[in-house]
This record gives sequence, C-alpha cells and structure tokens, in this order.
Amino acid sequence: MAARATLPGAAAGWWTPAALVISCLLAVPVVVVALSLATPHPEVWGHLWRTQLPELLLNTLALLVGVGAGALGLGTALAWLVVHHRFPGRALFEWALILPLAVPGYVLAFVFLGMFDYAGPVQTALRAWFGPSFRLPDPGAWASVVCVMTLAFYPYVYLLARAAFLEQGAATLETARALGHPPRAAFRKVTLPLARPSIVAGTALAMMEALADFGTVATFGYRSLTEAVYRVWYGMFDRAAATQIAALLLLFALALLALERALRGRARFTQSRRRGPGIVPARLRGGPALAASAGCGLVLALAFLLPVGQLVVWAARAGGAQRVGGALAPHLGITVLLAGVTALATCVLAVTLAYARRLRPSRPVRLATRVAMMGYAVPGAVIAVGVLLPLAWLDQVLDAAARQVLDRPLALVLTGSLAGLLVAYVVRFLAVGFQTLDASLAGVPPRLDEAARALGAGAGGVLRRVHLPLLRRSLLTALALVFVETIKELPATLLLRPLGVTTLAVDVWTRTSEALWAEAALPGLAIVAAGLAPVILTMRASGRATRSGT
Amino acid sequence: MHQVRSVGRGAAAALVLLGGLAAVGGLTAAPAQTGQVVVYSARHYGQEPAFEAFTRRTGVQIKMLNGGTGELLERLKAEGDKTPADVLLTVDAGNLWNAARAGLLQKMDSPELQASIPAHLRDPEMRWVGLTVRARTIMYDTRKVKPAELSTYEALGDPKWKGRLCLRTSGYVYNQSLIATMIRRHGEARTAEIVRGWVANQPVILSSDTKILEAIAAGRCDVGLTNHYYLARLLAKDPAFPVAPFWADQATTGTHVNVSGAGVTAHARNRAQAIKLLEFLSSPEAQQMFADVSFEYPANPQAGVTPLVARWGRFKQDDLNIAAAGEFQAAATRLADRVGYK
Repeated sequence: MAARATLPGAAAGWWTPAALVISCLLAVPVVVVALSLATPHPEVWGHLWRTQLPELLLNTLALLVGVGAGALGLGTALAWLVVHHRFPGRALFEWALILPLAVPGYVLAFVFLGMFDYAGPVQTALRAWFGPSFRLPDPGAWASVVCVMTLAFYPYVYLLARAAFLEQGAATLETARALGHPPRAAFRKVTLPLARPSIVAGTALAMMEALADFGTVATFGYRSLTEAVYRVWYGMFDRAAATQIAALLLLFALALLALERALRGRARFTQSRRRGPGIVPARLRGGPALAASAGCGLVLALAFLLPVGQLVVWAARAGGAQRVGGALAPHLGITVLLAGVTALATCVLAVTLAYARRLRPSRPVRLATRVAMMGYAVPGAVIAVGVLLPLAWLDQVLDAAARQVLDRPLALVLTGSLAGLLVAYVVRFLAVGFQTLDASLAGVPPRLDEAARALGAGAGGVLRRVHLPLLRRSLLTALALVFVETIKELPATLLLRPLGVTTLAVDVWTRTSEALWAEAALPGLAIVAAGLAPVILTMRASGRATRSGT
Repeated sequence: MHQVRSVGRGAAAALVLLGGLAAVGGLTAAPAQTGQVVVYSARHYGQEPAFEAFTRRTGVQIKMLNGGTGELLERLKAEGDKTPADVLLTVDAGNLWNAARAGLLQKMDSPELQASIPAHLRDPEMRWVGLTVRARTIMYDTRKVKPAELSTYEALGDPKWKGRLCLRTSGYVYNQSLIATMIRRHGEARTAEIVRGWVANQPVILSSDTKILEAIAAGRCDVGLTNHYYLARLLAKDPAFPVAPFWADQATTGTHVNVSGAGVTAHARNRAQAIKLLEFLSSPEAQQMFADVSFEYPANPQAGVTPLVARWGRFKQDDLNIAAAGEFQAAATRLADRVGYK
C-alpha cells in the first residue's frame, strides 16, 4: 500500500487546461443558481423565516442523515454478503439487487403509499380481520420517506461497494487472516477501509439524490427544502425566490462533498490489482444462510418486485393498452438514444476530469469540478433553468451576429434543441460518472503511472493502456448508472426538450399528472425494462473476473 | 504528443456529435408553417378529440408540447419573440393570470369568444379564456353523512367535523386558488379564520384528490374537499362508490369553480389560426367533447354535461371573476403557512 496524493513530475500537458475548460462550462448552471442570491427577495425570505425555514432546514438535515445511514448500511451489508459469502440464491441476488435502480423513486413512493395507507389493500385486509377500528401505527412522513428513499438509492452504495470488494481480490483479506485476525475483524480492519472511497462516494450520491428529490417528499407530504422550492415557484409565482431556496441546497451539497472528501480518509490507500487468487466466499449454513437469503429477498421484493408487480397489474387493468402501447416505440427509441449519448459523453468528460486531477490536482480544476458536481444535489427543474437561461442568452448572441453578418435573423438554435437537453443531462449526472470513476481511480497505485511513464508512455498512453483497462468495471458501472438516470430524468427533459420529442419519463408524467395511473403503467414498465438492459449487461461484463486470478 | 491526440480525438468526436444534435435541433426549431398551430400545454388529458375535430375541419395541424405550467412559462420567457408557441393551454386560473402578468399572452379580439364564455370565467382584458370548469366542493360519505349536515366551506371548521375531515396539501394549486378567491371575497382576516377552523379539526392531509375520495370510502374520514371530476372518474369505474358531492355555499355566494383555459402567446406567428382554434374549442360542439372525455363542466353554458355528472344537478357557481385566483395566490400560500395548514 502506498499513500501518495500527487504524481510529482508527471507532465500534465493539455489535460489540466482541458479539464479546466470542461468543468467551468459545466459549472455555469450551478453558478446561475448561486448568483440568484445576489438579488434577494426579502419578503419571501422574511415570510419563510417566520413560518417554516427552521423546520425546513431541520427536516432536510434529518432526511439526509436518515437516507445516508440507510443507504450506507443496507448497500454495504448487501455487497459484503454477496461478495464474501455463499448462500442459497446468492448468484441471483448478486445482480438482482441492482434492479431497483431502474425503478423511478416516485413510482416506488406512490406504490408504497397505495399499498400501505388507510384505504390500501394491506390495511383494508387487516381491518377485515381485526375489526373496523384497527389501524397500523402511522410511521410518520420522515420514516416513510427515509424508508422509500433508502430502498430506491441503496443500489448506488451496493454497486460501488461491490465493485470495490471485488477489485480488492482475496490477497489482502487473506493476509489479514494469516496475521491472526478472525474473519469479521479482518473485514472491519482491511476490507472496509480499502473500500471506503467507493462506499463513501456511493453514499454521497444517495444523499445528493435525496436532497434533489421532489416526487417522494411530495407523495408523503414531507416538507423539505426541495418541496419549498416548488411551493414558492408555483404557489407564489416567484421563480427567482424559488431559485434562491435552491441555492440553499447548494450549501448542503457543498457540505456533503466536503464531508465526503474528509471521510475518504487522509491517507489514500492504493493497492495492486489482479494479484493473487480471487475471493473465496465463506459458505453460510443453517440459520445464517437462511437469514441472508431472506434478507436479500425481502429487499428485492420491496424495492423491485412490489412496484413492478403493481405496474403490471395496472397495465393489465388499463383498457386501451394498445392505444398507449402503440405510441410507445418512438418514445422508447428517443429515450434510449438520448440516454446512450448522455452516458458516453458524461463518462468521457468524467474520465478527463478525474485523470486531470490525478495528474495535477490543481486548485482551480478541483474547485470547478466540485461546483459542477453540485448540480446533482439541486432539484432538476432548477438546474434546468440554469441551463435554459445561458442557452437563451447564447441564442440571442447568435441572432445578433447573424443579423450583423448575414443581415437576417436566426431561429432558435440551442434553446429547445437536443444539444441543449444533452448539456443539461451531462450537468445533472456528471457527479454520478465522476464519483464512480474517481473513487476507483484513487485506488490505482501511482507507481503504475510512474513505471509506465518511465517506459516512455505519455499521459494519454498511461490512461489508455494502464488505467482504462484497470477501470473497466467502474467505467461500465458509471455508464450504466448515467444511462439509467437519464432514462428516469424528468424535470430537465420537460423544460428543454425539442418540440415533438417525448421520452418515456415525460409520457409517464403527462399521465400521472392527471392521476391516470393505470395508463401510465405501460410506459412506466418500459422505463424499468430500458433501464434493466444496461444494468444486467454491466453485471455480466464485470462478473467475477477476479475469481480466476492471474 | 499522445495525450493531445487522444484528448483531441475525444473532443472532436464529442463536437461532431453535438453539432449533429444541434443541427437536428435547428431543424425541429425551424419556422412554423402556416398550416400548423403550436400549443404549449399543461393540460394532458381530454382535449385530443376536440383538437382532432379542428384539424379535420380546417386542415390546420396542431403540434403539442406538454409540460408543467412553471416550466412552460420559463420556456416561453426564455424563447422570447422567437418562440414557436402560438397557444398556451393550462389548468388553473391562477396560472393563466400569472402568464398574462408576465406579458406572455396577447389580447384577443374575438366577439365570438366573448359571447361563448361567461365573463367571470375569462380575463377581463381578454388575454385568456376558461374552456372547461372544475368545481372544488365538499365530498361526503353517503353512509354516514346527511346532506342536511353540510352547508359552506366555512362550516367544515365546525368542531363536529373534528377528526372527520380529509384535505389535500395546501401547496396544491386548486387549494391555493380556493383560498385566494376566499381572500378576494371575504378579506384576509376572515379567510384566515375559516382556514384556521379547518386546521383546528386536525384534518388528515393527503397528497391527491383521489386519495381523499378513497379515504372517505374506506372510512378514514367522512368529508373532504376535492375537484368534482375525480369523483366522476371513480363512479364511472364503480357506480356503487359511496361518496357524493355537496355543492357548497349555495345559499350564499355559490360553489368555487376553477378552469382550464388558454390564451394566444404574445409572439404567436400564427395568431389568426390560434384564435380560430380557441373559438372552435369554446363552441358547444367542442365543449361537449371535452365534457364527455374528462367529466368537466363546459365553460360555454350552451353545451351539455355528460350524464354521470348531470345526475348531480345544476348548482350555483361563484360568479367572482376567477382572475382573483392569480391575484391573491401568493397571499393564499402565505396565509396557509401562517395558520399552519400544511
């Protein structure tokens, strides 16, 4: 293990300026949001302060703590179970536990509410058994929201932790065991600290999702800052003030990212890759094996089978399935195309940024990257406005230029174009790609770079021939994550899409916004299906290559 | 110079891709053809038959962009005089008022529209008109509540409803508009008293109108406030659904109504066709189509309602101009926050 923060003497070449330009451009929407604070709306803030701001801040903090702890605990525990143990169904659970990623959070929330609230089938059945006065204790909005978000967002931690555990191989753990540590202590002292950057990165992603989420908190009537953003925007017709509240969310995001850096640990652990044999999982028997299977099964049932089952029931019940289904194919096509391009673009940019930072962690690049990533913690609609305003401004500039040079006006080129939408997606999901890749890149020993450079490879050559092969698994994970996120993305798509472009999420939303849940079920299932494909492919490709070892 | 080449290659690929997408975007954003009306719509249901009828009759194609009202307004603002949109179609009078205030709609010079749509359901300056009417009124459990026990919105604050009332969140636009028109009618102080009365009854706060109706049917509460067509939808599926509407405030000012409506955008390229479309949508023929699909009341009094809704009888609408829903919306949101209506 080496502990080193920089690569002394490594020629960074064009990487630093390129990273600087990219990250500054991607930071623009966040800066637009932050700049809204320059013209404060004292009436709105005074009103908020008197009535609910303290409550909103506390609620948001409580939400973060709850979801963070939930996703961290559940994701890590599940990853540890499936990587380091053998129990009935393990092979199935290993990939199936990622499936909840394909279910949009607001769908999960709505299905849970429908199932478990007073008029839902569960309580109705219980009343039939125990008499009409029987009631389940109300878990309260906080517990409901934390529970649903934990189930929706744990796959981030699970995916990243699992990849980290697998990348470690068996050698480190076995060394620890050989040194006399019992398995559990070895896990705590060696496996966990080594995987810490990935686990923390996954948790940060889950918490940023929780910050930006509107669908789930609205469903359960939980008052978070994001809920207040929409309340002020729509209820007081004051988008500027709403943006300022969203700027408060940036402070939370900033704190989160700082915390994440701190928790990654001061020492940066690195290790050799693909050395020694793969992990030999411990076989569980009897009670523990049963508990492991049941636990994984329960999570899978709640977070995936239940919502998907409900969607299937609704889809079957909905009359005009053919009518809804007929329009589905073109929506599916454009959705997959957009998600694919976004995933590729985001990962290319994320690799560039992460690698530039590795070559020379210069302060401006670090700062700009961090700002750009905060877009993930801001409600999608707000960050989309942050994209829309600069695009509209650029269009005006282009128009002015066209009038001057060509003596004729220009139609809108960027506003309402696919390019504009793509920019918004990249800004929104850069954090997903970057966190996934950077955490993994941090684990590659700098001496590999040094050796390659000594052998005459340039910075690009090192990336291509050393890092990218080592990062293959993380790269696939990042691609799949961004792909799935883009498929589910709604607010930016609504605001920025070109005329005539309808993604699956938009299709679902236009129906659910009119409470037509049955009609929304089929496109909802299409979202899940489109998200499943890359997730399963990723799992296949990144399988357990370490088992054979080299 | 390996690094330059590979970065360059990546960047070039990205640029080509972006350029291609921008070109596609430029094409889709091409100037409108005369035979086409572009509608930005925050209403996603029930208008299709009427739109299709318009196209059959005039040959003019209708192109829709769906979205939330807030998003559509931001987009209209950003697009400015280059917007492809000719018509803004949205729900809730408050939203229409706000679009007009932001200068996004233009005055419509159409005697036909003025004749079709009653004065209280359109902008006094004719920048928008209501097209369909939704009544927000009291819903009750037919097994436990007698209509004689009900009277006004205010009376829901009577202690006899303690623990028996279901309400939707105050952030919901139709609640905001209900409170806003109450402020216009009764003033802030009295409205605050009314809403405080509801809050004092410890209402169950739910996140959708349908959930309120289901909660009443399941016995969790006995009365609630919802839009009328949600009940119509449930009754259409299950005629035995044990909930009925009570028309509030009949002895006084009339039941609160809201609209979905439309206006012509300030920079419409196809202004003439856009007004023609709205005139057609307000005609009895098109109004009937709306009513049949969505169970709403037509804004044009000459059109009939669908039989399921007709069973509930005629009722007196509050004839306050619904532009008040916009004017007092921010005040309504503040009032709800102040009295602790979540």
